[in-house]
Amino acid sequence: MSILINKSTRVIVQGITGREGNFHARQMINYGTQVVAGVSPSHGGSWVLDEKVPVFDTMQAAVEVTEANASIIFVPARQATDALLEAADSGVELVVCITEGIPVQDIAKVYHYMKTKEVRFVGPNCSGIINPGEVKIGITPEDCVIAGKVGIISRSGTLSYMIMEAMKEQGIGVSTCIGIGGDILQGTSFVEAMEMFETDPYTERLLLIGEVGGLEEERAARFAAYQMSKPVAAFLAGKSAPPGKRMGHAGAYIEAGIGTLKSKIEAFDSAGVKVVTEIPELMKLLEK
Amino acid sequence: MKLHEYQAKAFFKNYGIPIPEGHVTSIAREAKQIAEEIGCPVVVKAQVLAEGRGTSGGILLAKSPQEAEKAASEILSKKIHGLSVRNVLIDEALSIEKEYFLLITLDREKRMPLLMMYESGTIYIETAANALFDNLDRIYIDPLIGLQRYQVRQLANRLDFQQKYLRGLTEICLGMWKLFCDMDARMVAINPLVITKDQRLLVLDGKITLDENARFRQEYLVDFRDYDVEAYGEFEARKHGLDYIKMDGNIGCLVNGAGLTMATLDCIQDNGGHPANFMDLGAGVNIDKVIAALDILLNDPQVKVVLVNIYGGMTRCDDIAYGLQAAIEKYGTEIPIIVHMGGTHADSGIRILKDLDILFAPSMVDAVKKAATIVGGN
Repeated sequence: MSILINKSTRVIVQGITGREGNFHARQMINYGTQVVAGVSPSHGGSWVLDEKVPVFDTMQAAVEVTEANASIIFVPARQATDALLEAADSGVELVVCITEGIPVQDIAKVYHYMKTKEVRFVGPNCSGIINPGEVKIGITPEDCVIAGKVGIISRSGTLSYMIMEAMKEQGIGVSTCIGIGGDILQGTSFVEAMEMFETDPYTERLLLIGEVGGLEEERAARFAAYQMSKPVAAFLAGKSAPPGKRMGHAGAYIEAGIGTLKSKIEAFDSAGVKVVTEIPELMKLLEK
Repeated sequence: MKLHEYQAKAFFKNYGIPIPEGHVTSIAREAKQIAEEIGCPVVVKAQVLAEGRGTSGGILLAKSPQEAEKAASEILSKKIHGLSVRNVLIDEALSIEKEYFLLITLDREKRMPLLMMYESGTIYIETAANALFDNLDRIYIDPLIGLQRYQVRQLANRLDFQQKYLRGLTEICLGMWKLFCDMDARMVAINPLVITKDQRLLVLDGKITLDENARFRQEYLVDFRDYDVEAYGEFEARKHGLDYIKMDGNIGCLVNGAGLTMATLDCIQDNGGHPANFMDLGAGVNIDKVIAALDILLNDPQVKVVLVNIYGGMTRCDDIAYGLQAAIEKYGTEIPIIVHMGGTHADSGIRILKDLDILFAPSMVDAVKKAATIVGGN
């Protein structure tokens, strides 16, 4: 049990007839998520995943019939903006966007449109949300994590999986892991996710997994110092990142001196937040 | 992706933003002709994607066409921060009364574009754009509505901008905004905007940075790429949708996911090794992509060992394994390869690779240590 999603969340998979959408819809169902429908233009009327999940042409029809309240997007980048706006307009309360490579100006528009509709937007270019042992709306591999009391917010998918697996080996579990994504603009930021964890009774402490680029970690450090009662720790990647280069994620670049790991480490240090850059160190920190 | 000054200025001109009279050339002799046409004095400016051209002798003033030719040949034979200068821009020289910086970029916290304007010398504008605790003047632009004239008036007002140039300033800001949207820019900067002694409002220099994610609908922009600043393999990698950055070390890296790739590189550094590259396989991995990635690594003469660190999620380890198998069968394995796999289908991935000449490691840290030992680090 934890934030944003639970067993009664009713999910639509946008792009369910694609390779990734189909694969991960099945994974989610197997994990215990209620996948109530798929949306795929011109596939409406068909059934997928052992004929158990109906496919609709539009989000509007899917929500009307299934009373879904969340959606997850696997639609390719070229069509993803349309899918995001369609989701915002459909009446769901939560939209998780896995798709990578969406133009940043589109995300600015989508973010503000979702805000007018009071929709919670997570991603894009993220791993989604998992409440271990209960439910997931995302792509986190199921066996890398066990249930527990550490809340995780991560800009990176695979790095969070590897860290959660290392935690699992130490017997340390996770309440919820939110992938906020590696893009320049994020639907949900570190600080916004931290606010949710602060009031979540299932989370005792927080781990932030950040990287070079932007100033979100600095803002998170300030928030941890002044607005959180729960202890916060941070793992940061990219100390070897050269300036001026985009490190895989659209948002991971150092430009005009902004976004360095040094600045982030200093921000956490001065906020009294434990910050590490090596996995073995992190494990020692979490054991305590 | 960044554009050269002359490219940015050509776009400015198309969007009604006034620029000085000028032309670009790669031949010093032509600089003389251009200077004659424009009328001296002129400024000769190196077209190179590096900061601090002025202080590295990349911008020279010429009082005669002969001087312009001399300046051009000097600049064209030079390297600025390691980059060759292919072109020079020859612009009319101006007597400047006042200088301003103008910038449109995205504010990550508010998820909004913003417009900033400062009088020159007051601040380094690109740093200010995302500065954390400041309350400096800026106008936020609602992405659903766009920049409005009244917003420019507000900004001008705060700066006591001279009324008689306000109309010109408004057109420049609206032009910048349109260009920002049309080109899918991440940043459009004008630096400086000047009021000349002969009372003209002109843009002397500017920068445009484009959003790589918008490449699919801005395909013509590929023509603007500066191949000189791209290292070996970067072009090849992009063709296959790989995120690759060449670095100085000798441990070739093949990882999935940007964050994990960065963490792997950091771990190499922590263990006394030096990464040869950043290589993120990204999403949608297929056999061809893995073959292409390994091909780039094995063709880099600096690479002495290849470190494969995969954590399956969206990507499945067995897909990667089939790719590695095909690549190794195709190219052979003179260079040692170390593999760590975890997550989705890791077991079957390792099973596929087990008969090949590969070293397996139970963790990332262990894999990195093995690699560092092989190249004699640590």
